[in-house]
Amino acid sequence: MMEQKVIAVSGDEAVAYAAKQCKPDVVAAYPITPQTIIVERFSEYVANGEVDSEFICVESEHSALSACIGASLAGARVFTATSSQGLALMHEMLYIASGLRCPIVMAIVNRALSAPINIHGDHSDIMGSRDSGWIDIFCENSQEAYDFTIQAFKLSEDHDILLPVSVNLDGFILSHSVEDIKALSDDYVSKFLPPRIPYYTLDAEKPITIGALALPDYYFEIKRQQDEAYKKVLSKFKEISREFSKFSGRKYDVIDNFQIDDAKIALIGMGSTIGTAKYVAKQLRKKGKKVGVIGIKVYRPFPSKEIIKALENIKALAILDRALSPGALSAPLGLDIKALLYEYDFKIPVINFVYGLGGRDISPKEIVTIFNRIEKIAKKKTMPHGYEYIGVREK
Amino acid sequence: MSIKSLKELPKEEFFSSGHRMCAGCGPAICVRQTLIAAGRPVIMVSATGCVEVSTTVYPYTSWKIPWIHIAFENAAAVASGIEAALKKLSRDGKAKKYDVIAFAGDGGTFDIGLQALSGAIERGHDFLYICYDNEAYMNTGIQRSGATPHGAETTTSPAGSVIPGKKEYKKRLTDIIIAHDPAYAATASIAYWKDYMNKVIKGLDAKGPAFIHVFAPCPRGWRFPSNQTISIARLAVETRYFPLYEYENGKYTLSLDIPKPKPLEDFIKPQRRFRHLLDPKNKNILEELKIDVERNWERIKKLCSL
Amino acid sequence: MSKLKSWKELPIGGVILEAGSSLEYKTGSWRSQRPIINREKCIGCLFCWIYCPDSAIIRAEDGKVDVNYDYCKGCGICAAECPVHVIIMKEE
Repeated sequence: MMEQKVIAVSGDEAVAYAAKQCKPDVVAAYPITPQTIIVERFSEYVANGEVDSEFICVESEHSALSACIGASLAGARVFTATSSQGLALMHEMLYIASGLRCPIVMAIVNRALSAPINIHGDHSDIMGSRDSGWIDIFCENSQEAYDFTIQAFKLSEDHDILLPVSVNLDGFILSHSVEDIKALSDDYVSKFLPPRIPYYTLDAEKPITIGALALPDYYFEIKRQQDEAYKKVLSKFKEISREFSKFSGRKYDVIDNFQIDDAKIALIGMGSTIGTAKYVAKQLRKKGKKVGVIGIKVYRPFPSKEIIKALENIKALAILDRALSPGALSAPLGLDIKALLYEYDFKIPVINFVYGLGGRDISPKEIVTIFNRIEKIAKKKTMPHGYEYIGVREK
Repeated sequence: MSIKSLKELPKEEFFSSGHRMCAGCGPAICVRQTLIAAGRPVIMVSATGCVEVSTTVYPYTSWKIPWIHIAFENAAAVASGIEAALKKLSRDGKAKKYDVIAFAGDGGTFDIGLQALSGAIERGHDFLYICYDNEAYMNTGIQRSGATPHGAETTTSPAGSVIPGKKEYKKRLTDIIIAHDPAYAATASIAYWKDYMNKVIKGLDAKGPAFIHVFAPCPRGWRFPSNQTISIARLAVETRYFPLYEYENGKYTLSLDIPKPKPLEDFIKPQRRFRHLLDPKNKNILEELKIDVERNWERIKKLCSL
Repeated sequence: MSKLKSWKELPIGGVILEAGSSLEYKTGSWRSQRPIINREKCIGCLFCWIYCPDSAIIRAEDGKVDVNYDYCKGCGICAAECPVHVIIMKEE
């Protein structure tokens, strides 16, 4: 294990610090709360000569991702960050980035989408973009925000992958709260992550055309080819995590199983709430209740096999969503899990809870309520349809 | 280094035949003149539009330079990213620092692309932005743009019985760009190849953002016979409709004075998009267009005399 | 044209690796009239060359020009712009 130093940083600062150590060639970003600290901190690093990056203060998020795509295609290592409205504004570019197979790492500080306008944390921004072909990683805490930013570059730039990666962290809850994290040394990060070797280059000796018009006779094949790359992501993520663990001592998998082995009921979700859920699970275990928590780390591509394996002995499941899919049978993660259970012929009762919209806090007490509800349906083997809200004032 | 004769120019081109642009296409001529003037490989970023779509129908490409198309409104933003990447990578000895040209139509420049272009110029990126102006959103079927002149018929400003043609006037885009104080800016017409090609060289040599607005007629959209493209591009200048000028170091310079302009009717008559203006009941619209052309000319002349 | 490729055979990301591959697409079939150049009277000014949208005017060794009928779309600009009127357009 390599030498690491403990630093007290907010989630945004952890991301900026990790990005600096990865030495991006180009960073093109536009500020939006609660991502602003990332761009501010990175600007300081550039202004003080701590990193030799071209920092482009673009005039909108759409231009931010456009510039990143251009730079990535030119062979540069690229980083950017955004939230909420910014992610929505660059929406068309998300599909282009993945369609053109551009290695890009983007930190998304998850924040609620307007309207109404709200600057606090929920997952509606990333859920609105889950089909854009990006690899989406979720962080439970600032340590993961730091670690995953570094690993994201390696994953994105791998010639078997060549897909853009988003590192998601909850707005304000993770982005602005200060935690202590273990940071690797600059040398180690450079050793783990050498400079990028581009797949294509812009070379006049071998000029290529990028972004051609593909009519119905070719579009389908090009998309099919892109889809194939996602099949390699989960195993590549595990491979990279194994390598990362050799020096950091922290080993990650595509999902994080907490006290799952002998659990009878479980809760599954993404983001900082998993941290709270783990705390509650520990308390309930002391009372003799066999509860477990599954935190999804890689949300897209969806880790189907790993989740099914984790649920092997589970009798009932709570699915936590920090976003809605209006008009759908369930909220986003709810839809994913229900489809998964059907496909594997694994019928256990589940309840899909929608919580925390617009940064509404979810307390340990509310999570206890969730576990109690799940315990009841485990016994009855029945489940309610659709999804339920927790934490909203109904009257 | 400036171009004096056509014979001295190399025969080999970085743009090949076999593209799908219409017979007589003005922008196609613009592309050729641009790359012949550059005389060396450049990286081109193209916005969505006639040129982009017609030159890269997968798996065919007419480009023999590194060429990138991303989307409609962000040619300048993509060019910014490439310019920054090449700056850094060449610093590290990992890539060659080619010139970057952003190539977009009036659609992708005057309207949807204005923000990205303004931002790129404000940030001072070293690139050349060329706007080929065929005065409408031609690729999607001849809809009006900010560059469409007053009174012109397009599919979204048809010459109807109540509203005969576009009500609004042509956006003075070049002057908006000049207000940003770029390293170099100019207007040009494909009929004046020597003037345009030398401006391309100046634009590429300029240290910082350069912008050229090129008048490139569209036989299909303006509805004139395909062999008239250059003639119309010439008449635009000769009638003072499209003045040719440059901007450098805070100074406007007229490229070609037109002391005795041809009547605007010479420019209007061959184009069926203006046919309704020759109807006596639309006389006032033609007058308004003439006044607009004169006002613009006087304004440019005054700026050039400062 | 040869059989269309499967997704496995395509370069990654819809990139076209072969520069100038549009040469395989002979646009000469588009035209309904063709330019005929009177070579004897051609003064080698090259205006037709610089005004051709399709690079279909070939600059010959003797400084004069010929037409590349594989790609000429018959727009007629060369004939219209020739200062000595030595190009005529003839129906195909």
